[in-house]
Amino acid sequence: MLFYTLKRFGMALLVLVTVSLVTFTLLRLSGDPAAAMAGESATEEDIEYVRKHFGFDKPLPVQYWAWATKALQGDFGRSVYLKRPVAQIVAEKAPVTMTLGACALLFALVLSIPLGVLAAMRPNTITDRTALTIALIGQAFPSFFFALILILVFGVKLRMLPITGSDTWLHFILPSIALGYYATPAIMRVTRAGMLEVLGSDYIRTAKAKGLRPPVVLFKHALRNAIIPVVSLSAVQLGFMLGGSIVIEQIFSLHGIGRLAWQSIQRSDFEMMQAIVLTVACFYIALTFLADVLNAFLDPKIRVH
Amino acid sequence: MSISTSPDKLPRAEEILEPSPGALLRRRAFKHYGFIIGGGVLAFIVLMALTAPLLAPYDPYDQELTERFIPPIWHAKGEWAHPLGTDFYGRDYLSRTMYGAQVSLMIGFTVMLISGVIGTAMGVAAGYFGGRVDMVITFIITTRLAMPVILVALVVVALIGGSMEVVILVLGFLIWDRFAVVMRSTTQQIRNLDYVAAAEAAGCSVFRLLLTEILPNVVNVLIVVATLEIAHAVLLEAALSFLGLGVQPPTPSWGLMISEGKGHMFFKPWVISIPGFALFALVLCINLLGDGIRDITAPENRN
Repeated sequence: MLFYTLKRFGMALLVLVTVSLVTFTLLRLSGDPAAAMAGESATEEDIEYVRKHFGFDKPLPVQYWAWATKALQGDFGRSVYLKRPVAQIVAEKAPVTMTLGACALLFALVLSIPLGVLAAMRPNTITDRTALTIALIGQAFPSFFFALILILVFGVKLRMLPITGSDTWLHFILPSIALGYYATPAIMRVTRAGMLEVLGSDYIRTAKAKGLRPPVVLFKHALRNAIIPVVSLSAVQLGFMLGGSIVIEQIFSLHGIGRLAWQSIQRSDFEMMQAIVLTVACFYIALTFLADVLNAFLDPKIRVH
Repeated sequence: MSISTSPDKLPRAEEILEPSPGALLRRRAFKHYGFIIGGGVLAFIVLMALTAPLLAPYDPYDQELTERFIPPIWHAKGEWAHPLGTDFYGRDYLSRTMYGAQVSLMIGFTVMLISGVIGTAMGVAAGYFGGRVDMVITFIITTRLAMPVILVALVVVALIGGSMEVVILVLGFLIWDRFAVVMRSTTQQIRNLDYVAAAEAAGCSVFRLLLTEILPNVVNVLIVVATLEIAHAVLLEAALSFLGLGVQPPTPSWGLMISEGKGHMFFKPWVISIPGFALFALVLCINLLGDGIRDITAPENRN
């Protein structure tokens, strides 16, 4: 178990370094950071000054090394627009996005696991078909369009819930639904497939044969084993949600990392964009690492391979 | 040479009655509602996109400021001159929706082609060669999955400047992961089959083996992934355009139309609901078609 965890941790670190390298190169090659920072009315000399001042004139590997050594000490540079350290601003905004992601995942799990179990209990019946249809429709609905409809119906027509800001937990309901429903089809399908497999196994037949009540068989014996793949899928989906929250945060004016990313793009805040992409990637890597370790803990077969 | 007429040389009755594989495929296709509905609606949308220059009642860019926000015909104040109404600039919404189909399909298809070539090449190589090659490619896939697609696409498009070509290239080089993952595992399965071993024993070159033995046998799976990836690309383009960093105005992209209409949606909800439902219908029918193709070509692994 320890060996597996260490191996997996080393892999996660390697992925993180590669992601930072790729992001860094991609951003430098996509545009001229000096011109972006100097603004539209800048002269050639202004741009040249900015380029020298921030070291954009040096070769890429040198720039990356300088950036990476600072980043390791927690210094991700300063935001040219907000005139404050990037790390500080990201840390301020992160809780909103994390709350949003956690609520969205919770919503997705609460909706999709029961649906998946129901579908698996009666495969190829009306129940099963309905659940699959809900999943298909969910997958096809563009999240930003769904968010706008939620605003129109629950915020404007029914006046039930607030539609902008992040002051109370009520503010998180609509954004969480808008962000979370996109993950429901995948989780539902995996739950259904897992349940179908487990329900056909011998120990379930034994449990039934010794006269246990169906709910006990279903929840205590079957669901526990069927749910293992859902753990790692949830981690992956949460990672995707944090990346995709930019659209939802923008619509609901939630001041999280996503909205910060959008604003930084509008302000050509270079260091900020870089730090945000890396932060989100970091979340994803950490989540998948935790999921893998948890999986190995729950299912000893994984450790051996 | 005489033609044998002895009963045991003739094909047996069951063999004659046994339908050909093609006929079986067609029979399954016509019984699959998802496939028929998805294919039908998709054909309609493709037709709409292709015939937009002929059938669209107006130029999608034509502004008529005296005719702003005419509601669609299902509203009391609707006019037959503009069946789906007009937008803030008085542009005909039906024409813009029809041309919007061109943008979505064009981007969805080209992004799928680019990402398909990259992903398939990587997946097949990893699955066939295994060992170190597989390790390196798996690492590349893991790294790519760790990079948030929308965020990276937004940043890169913002830095280069938004246009249809940029969106296509950026998305094409970003979303090859599902192709690679699926092709890798499919190739791994096929690689251990006897006919691949036979071709290897016969001294087939690796390149020829991949092209004539492996590729034709992953085509079914490839088509399914390709279909689903078109839908994925369509949704991503719409999201990018919605955030103002995809296709640029005044191009009639559905995502952009929703973005332009969202400030007016409280009193004129059709400005977002028409492009929104168009987008929903397109993605839904592509997904239905993809699932249908999977069920029809490989009914045994439906679950």
